[in-house]
Amino acid sequence: MASGLKIKVNEREWSVSASPDTPLLYVLSNELMLQGPRFGCGLAQCGSCSVLVNGVETRSCVTPVSAVVGKSVTTLEGLPAWYAVQKKLAETPALHPMQQAVIDEQALQCGYCYNGMIVKASEFLSKTPRPTEAQIRTAMNGHLCRCGTYPRIIQAVQRAARAMSEVKA
Amino acid sequence: MTLRRDFLKAGGALVIGFRLRDDLLGQEKAAPARGTMAGPPDAKQVDTWLAIHSDNTATVYIGFAELGQGNSTALLQVAAEELDFDMSQLQTVRLDTNVTPNQGGTYSSASIQRGGPQVRTAAAEARQALLQLASKKLDAPVNSLSVSKGVVAVVGEASRSVTYGELVGDQPFHLAFTGSAPVKTPAEYKIVATAVPRNDMPDKVSGKYVYMQHVRVPGMLHGRVVRPRGQGAYGAGAKVLALDESSIRNISGARVLRKGDFIGVVAESEWDAIRAARQLKITWDSTPSLSGSDGLYEAMRAAKTDDRIVLQRGNAADAIGAAPHKVAYSCRSPYQAHAPFGPNCALADVGPDSALVMCSTQDVYATRSTLAGILGLAVAKVRVQYYEGSGTYGHSCYDDVAQAAALLSQLAGKPVRLQFMRWDEHGWDNYGPSHLGEVRAAAGADGKIVGYEYEGWQHHWSNVETSEQLALGKPAAEWQPNPAMQVNPLCCGGMYDIPNLRLVNHHVPGLGYLKCAWLRSPLDLSFSFTSEQAIDQLAFLLKLDPYEFRQRNIKDARWLGVLDAAAKAANWAPRTAASNLAKANTVANIVGGRGIGMGTHLASYGAAVAEIEVNRETGKVVAKHLYGAVDAGLVVNPGNVESQISGQLVQTASRMFHEEVTFTRTNVTSLDWASYPILRFEECPQVTPVVVQRLNERSTGAGEEVMAAAAGAIANAFFDATGVRMNEFPFTPKRVLAALKRG
Ligand code: FES
Ligand code: FES
Repeated sequence: MASGLKIKVNEREWSVSASPDTPLLYVLSNELMLQGPRFGCGLAQCGSCSVLVNGVETRSCVTPVSAVVGKSVTTLEGLPAWYAVQKKLAETPALHPMQQAVIDEQALQCGYCYNGMIVKASEFLSKTPRPTEAQIRTAMNGHLCRCGTYPRIIQAVQRAARAMSEVKA
Repeated sequence: MTLRRDFLKAGGALVIGFRLRDDLLGQEKAAPARGTMAGPPDAKQVDTWLAIHSDNTATVYIGFAELGQGNSTALLQVAAEELDFDMSQLQTVRLDTNVTPNQGGTYSSASIQRGGPQVRTAAAEARQALLQLASKKLDAPVNSLSVSKGVVAVVGEASRSVTYGELVGDQPFHLAFTGSAPVKTPAEYKIVATAVPRNDMPDKVSGKYVYMQHVRVPGMLHGRVVRPRGQGAYGAGAKVLALDESSIRNISGARVLRKGDFIGVVAESEWDAIRAARQLKITWDSTPSLSGSDGLYEAMRAAKTDDRIVLQRGNAADAIGAAPHKVAYSCRSPYQAHAPFGPNCALADVGPDSALVMCSTQDVYATRSTLAGILGLAVAKVRVQYYEGSGTYGHSCYDDVAQAAALLSQLAGKPVRLQFMRWDEHGWDNYGPSHLGEVRAAAGADGKIVGYEYEGWQHHWSNVETSEQLALGKPAAEWQPNPAMQVNPLCCGGMYDIPNLRLVNHHVPGLGYLKCAWLRSPLDLSFSFTSEQAIDQLAFLLKLDPYEFRQRNIKDARWLGVLDAAAKAANWAPRTAASNLAKANTVANIVGGRGIGMGTHLASYGAAVAEIEVNRETGKVVAKHLYGAVDAGLVVNPGNVESQISGQLVQTASRMFHEEVTFTRTNVTSLDWASYPILRFEECPQVTPVVVQRLNERSTGAGEEVMAAAAGAIANAFFDATGVRMNEFPFTPKRVLAALKRG
């Protein structure tokens, strides 16, 4: 029943068997077996399923897979390589600086919302290298955390911003 | 024990998520995947707790769920400390009724309180046995040996050494607890009481961590339940009047499964299951079964209750009557939802005579026995494995989803993965109970509290999950009373030195109300919201600074310790409450206030200070900075506990300002993040967590011990800012404007 759609995820081409109207999230989870994007609400309310589509944070739970044909999708798993390309680094680091910053700040609790947090923060930092705290809060406001780790996420974004400003291609 | 070890070796892949499928497919060659063992292993055997491997590492079997609070790291710290292992040499395994000991569920933030001593004793026993073996092997007396990183050496002769791994490598100890092995004293601690980084974070940031929601097995179907959007009254169930299977005919491969009023759909593709659940036409009986949120408190107050005195000393009524300064308040608080960020999920493989159920239960053993009953299998034939979901903060739908997955698998004859939709989780939760509190308190002219009375109205926890109720018609029932669901002395006056005190619990039978269960620091926010405002008001009447007034009325050094710690962190400067009203910034109409509060859950000590802002024009309230101090005895991992305190403070702000389950006379209407808003980044307060470390006191809970205090502090800050007392939360703009108008 392959729909024959071809999508590009984390710099690799995949052919998809799901029907074109299937939300991208279910293709990423059940066909590509990726664990970054994950179900939270299915309503574009929480950010649990976020991915980058051509570098723009997108809710995969409400985006039909057909809508990303011809575009480039990056998931949590692909962020280090995405970052390396952006920064023109010779080698792909093990983690995106935002991922490292979350560990360094010991920020997460259950960590379930951190797919969205890290994806969104990575997008934001790529456009806003020296953010103020108010800018961080505004940018991240569409992402929820039930464990209440917002203060440490803010610190992690600030830490990642510092780390990224020190990286030279 | 050997059996269990063999199983672990064979099933070692279990901890690596996707290899799981191999086990399920190759049941003959690998270990049995479905239940075949009675479990739990014998808690008196050291082997139940610990295995030393030949590569000089060890596995610690911990019977507590990692709920995202870092408790598995902390329990490994305890083991590493006693064994003189490095943290990097230790690992733990997933909770599994066939593998890990029954430590009684991960409740009341008590993993460290209950599990710490067990793990500590087992590790100490093992170390003692290992040293005896080493003594023989090295031909040196035990007291001449020292251990570092699992290497035993003769002191002063480093070349004479042997590793734990060489001594017992992969063999069981066959050792019962002697109870005689010495444990280390706090002065000797090197790993305990330090902020060891959590071991789950690297995989969680990279996407390698396997949450329950990620688990898949070959040949499985995707399932969804079909229920009315939003539950009606507990016990009323949901009655199917008509079901039209042809309504999903266009979704090939989707099937309707039914047992009683329990309805689900399954399909090979997850999207088909979701579409089918959405499209399936069912006519539900919509006879009203609820009071509606508007009539709730009146109904509770008028209910025929089961009353008991929780605590009584002296004669509170007389003492209050005779005192010069007195206050009386009645406060209300709503049902609130667990609303885990990722709705619960389970995967069940139910065969004719055995079952494997993977889920995010807080208690694999309790879940197993309920499942066995529902499936009609012997308990030993059901195996339950724990996979972490998103933070649950109490009894969310994890049992319900496990039961539903098991029922669907049994009906389908195939493994079924069931992910609840957002509205299933929000709408069919076991909500944190609503509460009605009445407090009366009085103080003498000398600033001493002389009398205190608290009466609380609330439900007990519901005992029957929705799935079993719908499928089997199991009648609704409630738990027998226990301290976590009754008026809590540690929030209601118990921290103060009050000669005349009376706490009364009015149990409002839960039938006809919403289904309830424990939600992080159950009921405590409500208790402290009510009680701490009364204490604060006494200080106000006496023209005393509220911190100083509390100091005067506390004798217990540990309560004083947290109070002082919170006040110090917040740079508390003495003044009476509401004494800054004139200075309000009338231009922007935003007024600031600060408040202090106390209270805790079951065994620790908590105090908090809140700094908030109230917009008098819009009614919007925002917490600017929250400070929380917790004394939880010996804190094994202060880093984790700081993180826990921060999370509690933020969650308290969310619950005080935003969270409220709404319902009509037929059903709950809080079904997602739009109809049940929670705190977001833009309104998030700054937080200052303070751990009051007590190395020589036994460890107690730290995952929910400062929320009550913070709720009281927020309420008192509101009074400081406005001169008005709130009698109901959440502080929605509408409620705030009404209160300000009332004055
Ligand atoms: S799951 Fe997509 S936004 Fe919530
Ligand atoms: S860390 Fe648990 S939801 Fe954010």
